[in-house]
Amino acid sequence: MTPAGSVLLLTTLTGFGYGLIAWLGTLAGLGFLPAAPFFLPVCVAIGLGFSSAGLVASTLHLGHPERAWRAFSQWRSSWLSREGVAAMATFPPAVAFAGLWWLLGAGAVATRVAGVVAAVLAFVTVFCTSMIYASLKPIRQWHNPHTAPDYLIFAVFSGAVLLAALWAIWFGAAKGLAVAALVAALAALGAKLAYWRFIDTQKPLVSLASATGLLSFGTVQPLDRPHFTENYVLREMGYQIARKHAVKLRRIAAVLAFLLPALLALVASERVLPAVATTAATLSALVGLLVERWLFFAEATHVSTIYYGV
Amino acid sequence: MTSLPEPQPGGKKLGLVIDLDTCVGCHACAVNCKEWNTGGHHAPLPDHNPYGKEPHGVWFNRIHSYEAGCGSTSKTVNFPRSCLHCETPQCVTVCPTGASYKRAEDGIVLVNTDICIGCKLCSWACPYGAREFDEDQGVMKKCTLCIDRIYNEALPEAEREPACVATCPSRARHFGDFNDPDSKVSRLVAERGGVALMPELGYAPVNRYLPPRKATIPAKPLERQHGGSVNALLKMLDMVLSR
Ligand code: SF4
Ligand code: SF4
Repeated sequence: MTPAGSVLLLTTLTGFGYGLIAWLGTLAGLGFLPAAPFFLPVCVAIGLGFSSAGLVASTLHLGHPERAWRAFSQWRSSWLSREGVAAMATFPPAVAFAGLWWLLGAGAVATRVAGVVAAVLAFVTVFCTSMIYASLKPIRQWHNPHTAPDYLIFAVFSGAVLLAALWAIWFGAAKGLAVAALVAALAALGAKLAYWRFIDTQKPLVSLASATGLLSFGTVQPLDRPHFTENYVLREMGYQIARKHAVKLRRIAAVLAFLLPALLALVASERVLPAVATTAATLSALVGLLVERWLFFAEATHVSTIYYGV
Repeated sequence: MTSLPEPQPGGKKLGLVIDLDTCVGCHACAVNCKEWNTGGHHAPLPDHNPYGKEPHGVWFNRIHSYEAGCGSTSKTVNFPRSCLHCETPQCVTVCPTGASYKRAEDGIVLVNTDICIGCKLCSWACPYGAREFDEDQGVMKKCTLCIDRIYNEALPEAEREPACVATCPSRARHFGDFNDPDSKVSRLVAERGGVALMPELGYAPVNRYLPPRKATIPAKPLERQHGGSVNALLKMLDMVLSR
């Protein structure tokens, strides 16, 4: 599948944004956040900022962005519609969470409930995003049991490094969160390695003989293509660059997205330049996850290209 | 609504039968389809640089050629590919806007281009590569089964069939109702063993393909093995020439 910049930004930035909201809501619900009046509202604003940036970016790849509101209507059947609904539904409780924190304080029941509701909806949003891909039967690299858990793990990891960085910048140290980010980075790395091993051993979904209904002839070979230039299907789904550079790009993604942030989180947890280390970890994770997401698209093969012998 | 409709009692299941035995790969169906549809329901269809080096545009039919089997018994098979108007298509259910829908009364799968946001998800959900995006208008386009011909009362009744069916010079395409066991399409599928493409994906395509016939006309042996005057003459000739 041809990676579209807007969709890479959408899935990566909303992972950071909703991941951060999920962490904030959960920690506040458990009473683990320091009762600093400004810290939480600023963090929520940053989380919603990341999410909004991703959502706005995603509308750029639409043929008709001005009709985007129509995408909220088909939540009964469409994961894309559900994602839109959940993404919007997270905003009111998140804003309420920040407001109540400011008005009633960190310990108030209303604040904690709003936090937990925002956290749950943030998770639901990421899950809906993952299901857009996981539900597509023609793409074997997406339609498998890895996709949904991976998206959730990556969002938890993104939120953890981002929160660790904000915390360290604000309070000067973030031992607990740095450790959490370290653990999340290693879990995310494990998940990605397992995913790559899985897609490398997958078999193609169908044979050309089955795609053409010619199973009774045994083998089927492509002879002539219908057209000598690329059509929409080949441009959109016949992307082949990644398959050529997959090994190198996977290494780059693994190092930037997970290994380097893990190392920097470890440094921060030892109280060495925590603000610098966690900020660098966040930037590295952002770039690395964009590469990882690029590969997620570029390495995905669409069954329809079998008609072209691709 | 992008939820799939409940099948209606007495409803139709309209679709095509494509005969891979008689298709000669002339692309006439694709051309007439483009011609009709660039003025029809989905008009216009993009057609960029049509006489230049790299022409491209939206077509609802694409005609491939394959070699089926191998060795001396292999066959060249021309293979027209278009929307199969599946019974349980994901291209409909993934659509976030309700633009992609399946009609309850006859099963035709359509796009309402007035509300399509151009997210392209439906094309990702189609395993047959049947949908093509119109970059000029920013909306998805696809085969309509010539909905503006088959119900068109301005056309003489004999012409109320899809453009591809009407134009095929070798009569390799047939249109009809698969819910009617006596329709031509149902009979062809029964007689010739019509097959569904990629049934393992679970989309339950309506269109069926008739596999090429395997029968060959047995050729007379050039030399008879035992007895007969021809054989004796050849034997003598063989002896003379081998000397
Ligand atoms: S062939 Fe593709 S576009 Fe047509 S109904 Fe089936 S899944 Fe949808
Ligand atoms: S491109 Fe249009 S028809 Fe296809 S899923 Fe998106 S909104 Fe629906």
